[in-house]
Formats: sequence, C-alpha cells, structure tokens
Amino acid sequence: MKSDDLLLAYVTRLGDNALVLAQRKIETVTLGPELEEELANANFALDYLGQARLFYTLAGELENAGRDEDDFAFLRSDHEFRNLLLLEQPNGHFGDMIARDFLFESFYVLQLEALERCRHAGVAAIAARAVKEVRYHLRHVGRWLVRLGDGTAQSHERAQRSIDDLWRFTGELFAADEIDRAFAKGFDGPDLEALRVQWQQAVAAVLAEATLKQPEDGWMASGGKQGRHSEHFGYLLAEMQHLHRSHPGATW
Amino acid sequence: MYTQGLDQKGQTANNRGTTESQEQLAAFQRRIDAEEKIEAKDWMPEGYRRTLVRQISQHAHSEIIGMQPEGNWLTRAPTLKRKAILLAKVQDEAGHGLYLYSAGETLGTSRDQMVGDLLSGKAKYSSIFNYPTLTWADIGAIGWLVDGAAIMNQIPLCRCSYGPYARAMVRVCKEESFHQRQGFDIMLALSRGTAAQQAMAQDALNRWWWPSIMMFGPNDSNSRHSAQSMAWKIKRFSNDELRQKFIDVTVPQAEFLGLKVPDDDLEFDKLTGHYRFGEIDWQELSDVIAGNGPCNRQRMARRRQAHDDGAWVRKAAQAYADKQAAKKAA
Ligand SMILES: [Fe+2]
Ligand SMILES: [Fe+2]
Repeated sequence: MKSDDLLLAYVTRLGDNALVLAQRKIETVTLGPELEEELANANFALDYLGQARLFYTLAGELENAGRDEDDFAFLRSDHEFRNLLLLEQPNGHFGDMIARDFLFESFYVLQLEALERCRHAGVAAIAARAVKEVRYHLRHVGRWLVRLGDGTAQSHERAQRSIDDLWRFTGELFAADEIDRAFAKGFDGPDLEALRVQWQQAVAAVLAEATLKQPEDGWMASGGKQGRHSEHFGYLLAEMQHLHRSHPGATW
Repeated sequence: MYTQGLDQKGQTANNRGTTESQEQLAAFQRRIDAEEKIEAKDWMPEGYRRTLVRQISQHAHSEIIGMQPEGNWLTRAPTLKRKAILLAKVQDEAGHGLYLYSAGETLGTSRDQMVGDLLSGKAKYSSIFNYPTLTWADIGAIGWLVDGAAIMNQIPLCRCSYGPYARAMVRVCKEESFHQRQGFDIMLALSRGTAAQQAMAQDALNRWWWPSIMMFGPNDSNSRHSAQSMAWKIKRFSNDELRQKFIDVTVPQAEFLGLKVPDDDLEFDKLTGHYRFGEIDWQELSDVIAGNGPCNRQRMARRRQAHDDGAWVRKAAQAYADKQAAKKAA
C-alpha cells in the first residue's frame, strides 16, 4: 500500500472498531440488568457512535473522493471492515460484555493516549476527545468486573469464564501490521509492543482485585484487522446496512 | 403523559381505613386551591397519594416499555446521524423512567415494588406501546405523534399540585419537545424523499393516527377519575380538551407534510375554530388495555426477560457491597 492508503486504512480501522462496538451495544438496549445500566450502556454506545462518525468523516476528507461517514458505514462490504475480532463477537450475557469492554478499553485508553500525542493533527484531536470518554467507561466496566468476580460464587464463575473465552481475541490488539507500523513511523503513533506491557500490568491489577485468574496466553485469533472476520460479522453488517442499501441514493 | 389507564380503572379513595377528618381534607383542599405545592412530607389524603403513585408509576413504566418499539430500529437506522439521535432519544426515555420512579418513591412506594407491579401485570403502561414499529417511518410517526400527544398531556403536569412530580415533568417536557421535533424531521425527510419513502410515511400515519388520539383516554363522559384529579389539580384539562388541542395542532402539520390523516370525517369547523373528527374505536382501546394489542405479550416478555437475566448481576453487586461493608466494619 502507498503511504496515503496506509493512513486512510489506519483511520478507517479506528472508525470500524468504534462502530462495530457501538452496534453490539445498541443490540442490548432495553435488556440491561437495571435502569442505571441501561442508561450507561446507551451513553457508552453514543460515545462510540460519535467517535466512529468523526473517524469516518476524517477518512473521507483524507481520501478526498466524496465519501461521507454513511458511505463508510453502510456501503462497504465485510472484508473492507478492519475492526478487531473481539468487538464483533456476539454480546453473550452481561459478564461477557463487561469482560469484552474491559479487555478492549484497557487497550483502547492506552492507544488513544498515544494517539493524542501523535503528529497527525486530525487523529490527535479525535483521540483527545475520545480518551476522556473511554477512561470513564473503563472505570465503570472495571468496577463491574470486580463486583462480578468478587460477588457471588456464580458471578465469579461466570466472569472467569467470560475472561477465559475472550482472552484468545486479545492477541490481535497488539499484532502490528503494515498499517500500524506505517502510522507509528510516519506520525509517531503508538508502539503496540510497548502498549502490550502497560496493558498486561493494568489488566493484571484489576483481575487480581476481582479475584479472577489471568488466563495463559495460548493460541490467539486474528484476521479482523485484515478484513477476515468471524461468521457473526456478516449478520451484524446485514442488519445494520439493510435499510440504507434498500433505498440507493435516498436522503433520510 | 402515558396515563390514560388511570381513568379506566380506579379504586375508591381511602380504602386503607385511615381516618381523615373533614377539617384535614378541607385544609388540604384550601392549599390546593391556593396553588400551593404539596411536598413529600406534607399531610395528604390517602386517595391523593394512591392516585399519584398509580399515575406516576404508570407513567414511569410507559417510559421504560416505550423504549422497545423505538429500540427496534436502532440497529437498522438508515444513517449514523439518525442512529445517534434515536439512541439519544431512547436513552432520554430511560432517564425519564428514572426520574419518575424517584418521584414515585417520594410517596413511600419503592422502585422495586413499582417494577414488581409492572412485571406481575398489575400495573399498566400506555397502550400505544403495544403497537409494532414495522418500518423506519414508524420512528418518525412515534416522535411526531406519540411524543407530541405526550407533550400535550405533560405540559399541564408541570403545574401539578404534587411538587416532586411537577418538577420531574419540567425536565421531561424539555426533552419530549426535542423528541417531537426530531420525529417530525424524520417525517419531513421521508415526505420529501422518494416515492417509496413517501409511501412509508403515509402508511405510518395511517397506522399511528388513531392509536395516538386514543392516548388521551376515554371521552370525558366515561372517565371515572377525571373530576377528583381535576379538583386535586393533578389534572388540569379533561381528556377531550387535550385530544381536541392535539388534533387542532397536528392536522395542519400533516397537511404541511403532504400526508392524509386517515379520517374521512375530519373537517375544520370555522364557527368553533376546531377540527371535527370521526368516532374513535373504543373497543380497540379497551382490547389493547386488556392485553390484546399486537405486542402486549412481546413487550412484557422482553421486560421480564431483562429482569430475570439481570438477577445474577444484581445479586453479585449486592454480595460485593455487603463484603465491602463487612470489611470496613472489621
Ligand atoms: Fe419520555
Ligand atoms: Fe419522548
């Protein structure tokens, strides 16, 4: 890929992560365990939706081919999305969602902190705004993980299984590819190896407080960042894009 | 709003058997007549308290159940901007539920008890939410008509004699008028859109018009509780007055959209300055209230599922809090 394309791919991928997680969260609206959580979930989904729109709008500007946020969200096919596999997994139960958010956001906060300091002004500006939102989410989900882990025997067992099941998707967070390397080099972007060390420390501290065991790093799934998804992804996209694609060119 | 069932089913005041002297009742009525706000700690007749708990909890339940028909289009909203606006709206409704449960709690009934009454089927919610959202245009129609009707009902509630309810309504009304404008904006985009979009908008109006005007409840002549609620200044206008006001405001909006209101008897009366309209199918309203609307079972099943699926989470949070408290005490 040319360097312009690599930058475009990097920014689009940030948008894809945000949109796919927003969509998964939206699926659970009205299913929260209590009203306060219903509000938090919608609030966090709105934050991610807002981030996706900013990243896609920036991507459209970088590409300069007339695509807007909706073209990125609704008119690309599955292999053109390069989100993390972790984020497209079905929601599962409340503990699974807390584990997913905790594992991802522990990474995403670090990624955004690095992006806030990077030399691409457009990306840095979005990251500066997003990092405040995600720090707040992470505190919220971290507290929930502790409550579940150190709650009842049943919640402990469920939370442990959620962490165990999702652990195999965490390798991809740090698996740098050509797109990551180009951004790191060209714009002083995050060094994923360095983030891995910080992430492990942060995650270990919360797991310990939650009385949960940190799984061994075994086989790790990958492919989402390159556009190779799990079976679940096609359904997510089909549902999200169906109405928009059914009325080509319509204004809503 | 969302309080129509209140007028359907009532209990006679003061069946708790407490004694309320004529002097107390008269003094209370004097405060009401002087437009004083009644606060949680003030003395109030049992009937007043019960009426408010029923109305406020029903209103809260309606906010919560009302998230479902709109939530139904969140994953499929046609643009990211519309998705964000709809999500913010659904979140507002959860917030309204929360303020209203809090207002209800000031009257001595816990949120758990109110929610328990919803889940057991004892408490009602607005029948409008038992209709399905079949197309995206239904999201526009709900905002425009259902939130529009809710505002008509709720603006007078901002002056309700019970302080905590009135104050909750002030916050709620600000957000409802935003919802109404957003709903109208969806309808506007559709009615200026493709032929398929215009047809979608007309179909939504066809299905939502009559249920929306039923939201104001039965005719005044059949409304059992209106008189007492009016005397207590919980209610300021009658069902028929509010319904007429809604129709007078909404019909010109439909015309502006180029849509036809599905009522062949609809006619502007120059003498009165009001629209005359056709007969409402009251049988349909009582069927839906009795549980036989298109989505009653579905709505309740989803609410119960969320409640049941969340039980282990609530238990865990409680267990954790207990452990922390024990540690602190030690
Ligand atoms: Fe509301
Ligand atoms: Fe509303």
